[in-house]
Amino acid sequence: MRGGLDPHLDERVAALWRVESPRVIARLMRLLGDLDTAEEIAQDTFVAAIEKWRRDGVPDNPAAWLNTTARFLAVDRVRRRDTRRGKYRLVAASQPRALEHDLDEIVDGDLKDDLLGLIFMSCHPLLSPDARSALTLKLVCGLSTEDVARAFLTPAATIAQRIVRAKRTLAAAKVRFELPPAGERQARLDAVREVVYLVFNEGYSATSGDRWIRGDLCAEALRLGRMLAALTPSDTETLGLLALIELQASRLRARTGPDGEPVLLLDQDRSRWDRLLIRRGLATLDRIERLGGTAGPYALQAAIAAGHARATVAADTDWEGIAALYDGLARISPSPVVELNRGVATAQAYGAEAGLAIVRPLFDVPGMRDYHLLWAVAGDLLCRSGEHDKAREHFRRAAAMTRNSVERVTMQDRAARCATGHETT
Amino acid sequence: MRYMLMHYQTQDMEDGVPPTPDQQAAIGEYMQEAAMAGVLLSGEGVGPSSKGARVEVADGAVRVIDGPFAEAKELIAGFAILEVDSLAEAVEHARRWAQIIGTHRVDVRKVVEIEDLQPGG
Repeated sequence: MRGGLDPHLDERVAALWRVESPRVIARLMRLLGDLDTAEEIAQDTFVAAIEKWRRDGVPDNPAAWLNTTARFLAVDRVRRRDTRRGKYRLVAASQPRALEHDLDEIVDGDLKDDLLGLIFMSCHPLLSPDARSALTLKLVCGLSTEDVARAFLTPAATIAQRIVRAKRTLAAAKVRFELPPAGERQARLDAVREVVYLVFNEGYSATSGDRWIRGDLCAEALRLGRMLAALTPSDTETLGLLALIELQASRLRARTGPDGEPVLLLDQDRSRWDRLLIRRGLATLDRIERLGGTAGPYALQAAIAAGHARATVAADTDWEGIAALYDGLARISPSPVVELNRGVATAQAYGAEAGLAIVRPLFDVPGMRDYHLLWAVAGDLLCRSGEHDKAREHFRRAAAMTRNSVERVTMQDRAARCATGHETT
Repeated sequence: MRYMLMHYQTQDMEDGVPPTPDQQAAIGEYMQEAAMAGVLLSGEGVGPSSKGARVEVADGAVRVIDGPFAEAKELIAGFAILEVDSLAEAVEHARRWAQIIGTHRVDVRKVVEIEDLQPGG
């Protein structure tokens, strides 16, 4: 296309923004120290690219062109800024040194560290979970504000404001672009993993809206999880998170019926499961095992997901194994939701009564009475132990509580089916 | 959506000439970069055609021909499966890949998924 008009130029630049902008911004961040300027110069760089490429065609290596141009614009900015201050020095995250020396080091520096630095910054614990997700999708995934807004079913103005505030918070706290010291690294990585899993879960079972699954959000979380795993290849919890979301995502296609209604795990057509994602998830679990150490919460949840993935028909599921993994998870990372799932697995392994023994006390846990899935699970277990009237009442409560319209219909349907006593799951 | 990138052999690949250390380093760096982009799902390379065979069907008759095959440049040397947003994004990855491994051609093809097989999907 060199020298000619490229009819697909806009599309190509959009694709390049998606792939290259996180890297350009990460490098600029290290060079300039502040997020706002880095983002602004990245945008200027792409604007310059469109102008030049429309005239001269796209170069063979557009990534190299973008990086060189970004560097040129950044140096220009730093010089002007420093001249204004009457000082010729580089205001960067590193110690001020000779400008050119620093620049060479930064440009040739480790892209891995730059990207990690950008991720740590976007997922900074100072920010609210909402702000972290929005900032991460925008900067690390290269989504536009409109895309982020669409993904979260939130007006673009709200997201834009959220991002501006987040950047202001980081600037006010003088958060610098750097890798956290060894002592803080795990806690900071936890915060990053939390963002990835939050985005994934919002996609995997949407808490609001009229769709049960939002595949676009899942795809972004998977991309982030894969990036993070490539950046911290020997961190078993990061690998655990990736294995977990890939194994869960392998079921996405089987989780909705023809009318968008949810299909529960045991009723899914397993031939629709994504074998490539399952293979990747299982391979990652093997890697975790080879790395040794104690399994953390994500790795344990991934092992549970693998227990389902390995069973080609629901009846082959190793429920005793899965119940034991939940026992382990409940020990290292106890929560009412883990307990609820442990109840489900235990019921499958040892009968509805054994499950109810774990699930019943959860109705006394503050806040849990408002959780629709507790009512749904208890309804299911009651139904299976023959208490149809009670079960029906539980499903009705669940239906009244959920904010997801598709889920509500399913609960109402289960209540109706239970009434006839034909429920046999 | 998923795309399969298939790159074609060079005569050197067919002759079993191993990549130079510089080429190997470049390939390693690219694989790391692709992994860092979060898009690489799977990939493999294949050896020279002298180590393979071809099954041909003509008029219902099946014939097995042992390698090597003529027209080395018409043979696939390997593939990668990427999870990306668009054909344009897959093409940008293919462009880098082609330059790094020095192939004359990379085909970018959409992987058929269940959704593609459903009417109206």
